[in-house]
Amino acid sequence: MIPELGHFALALAVAFAAAQFIIPLWGAQSRDVRLMAAAPALAYGQLIALMAAYGSLVWSSVIDDFSVLNVAENSHSLKPMIYKISGTWGNHEGSILLWCLILAICGGAVGLFGRNLPSSLRARVIGVLGGTSVGFELFALLTSNPFLRLWPVPLDGRDMNPLLQDPGLAIHPPILYAGYVGFAIPFAFAVAALLEGRIDASWGRWVRPWTLASWSLLTTGIMLGSFWSYYILGWGGYWFWDPVENASLLPWLTGTALLHSAIVVEKREALKTWTVLLAIGTFSLSLSGTFLVRSGILNSVHSFANDPTRGIFILGLLALVIGGSLLLFAIRAPVLSASGLFSPVSREGALVLNNILLCSIAAVVLTGTVYPLFADLLFSAKISVGPPYFNATVLPLTVPLFLAMAVGPVLSWKRAALGPALMRLWWAALGAAAVGIVAELGYRAGSAALAFAAAAWLILGSFAEIIQRIRLFQVPLTNSLSRLAGQPLSVWGGAIAHAGMGMTIAGIAGMSLAQTTIVAVRPGQTIALAGYEWTLLGLHDEKGPNFNARVADIRVTRDGQEIGLFHPSRNAFTTQTMTVTNTAIQSSQIADLYAVLGEEHDGTAVLRLHYNFLAPWIWLGALVMAFGGFLSLIDRRLRIGAPARRTMAVPAE
Amino acid sequence: MILRLAFLLLILAGPALAVSNPAEMLSDPAGEARAEHIGRQLRCMVCQNESVEESEADLARDFRHIIRERVKAGESDQQIMDWMVARYGDFIRLRPPFSALTLLLWAAPMLAVGIGAGAVLLGRRRRPEPPAPLSEAERQRVGKLSGS
Amino acid sequence: MTAINRRLVLLLPLGIAGVAGVGLYSMLDRMRSGKFDPRGVPSALIGKPVPTFTLPGQGDSPGFSSADLKAQGRPVLLNFFASWCVPCIAEADVLLALKQSGQPVFGIAYKDKTEATDAFLRQHGNPYVQVGRDAAGSVAIDFGLYGVPESYLIDTTGTVRWRFAGGLTADVVRQELAPLLKTLT
Repeated sequence: MIPELGHFALALAVAFAAAQFIIPLWGAQSRDVRLMAAAPALAYGQLIALMAAYGSLVWSSVIDDFSVLNVAENSHSLKPMIYKISGTWGNHEGSILLWCLILAICGGAVGLFGRNLPSSLRARVIGVLGGTSVGFELFALLTSNPFLRLWPVPLDGRDMNPLLQDPGLAIHPPILYAGYVGFAIPFAFAVAALLEGRIDASWGRWVRPWTLASWSLLTTGIMLGSFWSYYILGWGGYWFWDPVENASLLPWLTGTALLHSAIVVEKREALKTWTVLLAIGTFSLSLSGTFLVRSGILNSVHSFANDPTRGIFILGLLALVIGGSLLLFAIRAPVLSASGLFSPVSREGALVLNNILLCSIAAVVLTGTVYPLFADLLFSAKISVGPPYFNATVLPLTVPLFLAMAVGPVLSWKRAALGPALMRLWWAALGAAAVGIVAELGYRAGSAALAFAAAAWLILGSFAEIIQRIRLFQVPLTNSLSRLAGQPLSVWGGAIAHAGMGMTIAGIAGMSLAQTTIVAVRPGQTIALAGYEWTLLGLHDEKGPNFNARVADIRVTRDGQEIGLFHPSRNAFTTQTMTVTNTAIQSSQIADLYAVLGEEHDGTAVLRLHYNFLAPWIWLGALVMAFGGFLSLIDRRLRIGAPARRTMAVPAE
Repeated sequence: MILRLAFLLLILAGPALAVSNPAEMLSDPAGEARAEHIGRQLRCMVCQNESVEESEADLARDFRHIIRERVKAGESDQQIMDWMVARYGDFIRLRPPFSALTLLLWAAPMLAVGIGAGAVLLGRRRRPEPPAPLSEAERQRVGKLSGS
Repeated sequence: MTAINRRLVLLLPLGIAGVAGVGLYSMLDRMRSGKFDPRGVPSALIGKPVPTFTLPGQGDSPGFSSADLKAQGRPVLLNFFASWCVPCIAEADVLLALKQSGQPVFGIAYKDKTEATDAFLRQHGNPYVQVGRDAAGSVAIDFGLYGVPESYLIDTTGTVRWRFAGGLTADVVRQELAPLLKTLT
């Protein structure tokens, strides 16, 4: 009964979404206030229907209703409760439903927080979101229905892929999807602006919080995914340039560009056309990424089972959403009048450079990802584009980006002088040089030394703007401190996000200096690595809820002092007959100690031990970036819905 | 198609365990480093998007063994690479070679930056430079005029 | 920039998306009809001479070498198989049918134990003229093999003409192998 309710609720959501699409847009076009005012209520209706639909799927999974095909295929009665819940989005059908739910939440959020948007703009934004919802809910209903029944009812389910039975991966998809789908809001604002035919500073001010929120979530989502592959795949890698990873990186890159170009729209009313295009492009990449992975075109270790017929439906949808919005862009963009002149050397100029570089990186990643497909299609040539290509092409582009990241924030708007700005960063440059030299001389770090220098430059340089703003050492210290307290959160947010990037770079550079060894040892034997002594105490069997584990007990000491007991294991999942490594990781502030258990041969166990220098910084940096985004988000001046419409909004800064 | 899929599953379902056997490794660290470098440039043919060095598939293990044998025999990186390509085609190279086919691929970074810079320059040509900031004298004059 | 040029520039994103869309559509369309397989890997050996090898046989029976493949007076099908390979079981009937039609098929047991191969051939039938044992899998690598079963067609000059990765089906034989054999004889 419950699954049928869910099925019905999904159909109801389609009806609500269709109404949410047509009525407000029609109202905005015909200037009918009552029709426009219906927008939020319709969005809430769709949201409630989808919550009911998703709730019934979760319910079916939780009570082990194996008469539901989706549950039978992806769950098992012995599966821990958290994975019964997370399992609902661990498969194609359920994840599409979650996708639709998040899109509905976006519509509801605009309805709730957008009270002081001009009514026609709000109606159009909600209408565009509704239109997108219709498409994807129809996709769920017609090709990926999670509520299909199964007869005869199997005694138990087939269980979920053991690799996905992991707490990190349980929360990874919702956060990642929230990031992806969140970009639907800037997209809807962009399309609404094209329909309205005008964009001003307040538009930028409305779009930015939504962009910041999605960007922070996407950053966190990507981080979780990367961390997951770091500890579950068990060979110390964390980023593989896999098509699915690239698919999440692309909207992140263009979303980061959007975040910055929206500042220019907000402060200076320039780059309007470009910002609108970026908003459309970012959501288009989110859509293409999530959906093409499911069509079976892209090869990936992460992709769900897929079939080309579903792919054609998806492609049709993408053509409508992306093609439609780009067509509208081509027709209506000339209406958006440009203003806000600026010189190449200025804050705006730096942000333009940021946009060029970020979008170039995105273009390279996109090219590398789809090139083998098109080479195959057009020339029947099979080639592989792997990590060596991406490292060789992307890394050089990041160098000017990192250099400019510290300089941009200390430039003034409109027109700036480069010399004095660089002078303000002398100490950051000095620090970076010192770090680089120490890394090279002390650790023979080679190219990693350059990356360490870049990281130091970024971390130190990010606070240059704040130091400049509080006039440190130019006015009495107490004066500076009181200025410090008065700095808006968005300034802190920007600085912290930039510093987070620096931390991530330091982590990546550190990881290239990781020390690792593979050894076959007997219980009692001790191995020395990176100044630690690793002793295999013994091996034993353990029983998990739905797996049997072989666990190694390793004691790690340093100069005789115990650092910790490590328990890496190999978990053999019974239903899916698959063995998953469970890495033991202990993080300190500056390194991860990382142990993986391998196969056993006549009394010896293969151990892979790593000393991953600065590894925690990779993910910590990403969290710091997301935190910076969050700080900017709660800035009073940027708070969602807070800004009053000001057409001549150029704050005195 | 179903059979084809079953076939793929069969080879993919090998142990998902990425710990190599230490006995595989070369005792000479420089040789081992070279072997690992070569292995990272080669695609594990049976897994999606993993290199030979990273994969625990049986075939990748064989490749690792062959690479190390050849490194020990004193072959150059290029010779080993060519040996692999002769058997498995360019598909095995994770870093595609420069050729007419991959011209656009390798030109992508330059093209992207070039197009971006070109667009900005074209955009600027249409607009005048912003006025220079006020000089000190002008600022005082503005101050006087606006009465503050 | 004139107004018309500006229009063209604004149409550019749509154009790029459109080209990508058409490309993706034709990929999906061809995937449905089986003409496009992003996972398939072509053999690097097509048109090249067959790799040189000599393999021991099953127990007392003789093995064969690459020279034997050329000496049959007609194109030969070379099939890599293993007793532990599930699709090989499904393929066995197709190979037996080929043998009955007079097509010589040579088998290479890939990384398999002699007894296991024997049991496999007893249970599922032996379609092979000769079986060679590639216990180390090194001949397979010379062929660019990436899974079992794989089948290669070698013509009378010793040139590799065709490769099929995965279990042979009657459809594959009818649509791909048979027409090719006709042109070769």
